[in-house]
Amino acid sequence: MRTSDVVLILAVFGASLVEMVEALTLVVAAGATRGWRSALEGAASAALVLAVLIVAVGIPLIHYVPIDALRVAVGGLLLVLGMGWLRKAWLRSSGLKAMHDEDLIYEETVSSLRLEAPPKTSRDAVAFAIAFKGVFLEGTEVALIVVSLGASSHRLGLAAVSAAAAVVLVSLVGAFVARQLSSVPENALKSVVGVMLCSFGLFWVGEGAGLHWPGSDLFILVFVGVFSIATLIAGKALRVPVSA
Amino acid sequence: MIRRGLRSFGRFWWDFLVGDTPEFFLVTLVVVALAFLLRSERAWGVVVLPVVVLGALVLSTWRVRQKKKS
Repeated sequence: MRTSDVVLILAVFGASLVEMVEALTLVVAAGATRGWRSALEGAASAALVLAVLIVAVGIPLIHYVPIDALRVAVGGLLLVLGMGWLRKAWLRSSGLKAMHDEDLIYEETVSSLRLEAPPKTSRDAVAFAIAFKGVFLEGTEVALIVVSLGASSHRLGLAAVSAAAAVVLVSLVGAFVARQLSSVPENALKSVVGVMLCSFGLFWVGEGAGLHWPGSDLFILVFVGVFSIATLIAGKALRVPVSA
Repeated sequence: MIRRGLRSFGRFWWDFLVGDTPEFFLVTLVVVALAFLLRSERAWGVVVLPVVVLGALVLSTWRVRQKKKS
């Protein structure tokens, strides 16, 4: 297995894990208050739509777009995405932005769902819509990461399997504990994914432009190291001192 | 309906690529341009490209820090 494959698996798996934990909160909130059947149907439908999108967009990209142009475009996309994820992670770890609170989101969603009229049949449109929206919106970013990373390295299958593994893991743990996963270290995961996306983005932009990195794929690890060290320093350096 | 769909599609990509951090979109364009310019100067490319990305990240987060401080 190549270095880029390992980084690809980690990036897609990590991104899917973070986004699916957020989606699970909404699915559990809808299921617990309005009924599980519609919530699970909504979540499954959204996952199916996303899978179709990945296949419909990813396969033509691999077959019809010249590989260098694809790598520059995808690298740019991953850079924008990765810098966004890293920025949020840096701001959260330095206390400049509130941590993502799954418990709070759960409580707010449950409260708003309780205000709705109770479901009249076993199929509830509100639960379906909340679960569908949660999985679809959180999953769109994952689908983009799967398509871009998978297409640029011609490993769409591997990227899709990595994302699916994260979805299965979150679903199993969610079903086992029957609640949202607030104890997942989301910010640490976001930092790791941000580092991976920036590393991959920079690598593909360079490769696509014809700038061949020393050591080829192995150079991704240099980027991973550089962005990881910067992330560790940023958490401390950006912290605003509390005045006495 | 088609116009509304196109508008939503455009808005999705605008929010996704530009959103509230337009500096990252601009920096990405700069990185792409630099990658093409430095493709025959590998030693420079290896140093300059990550420095530009890190610089953008530091400046963007530093701006938030300064706002919070004041």
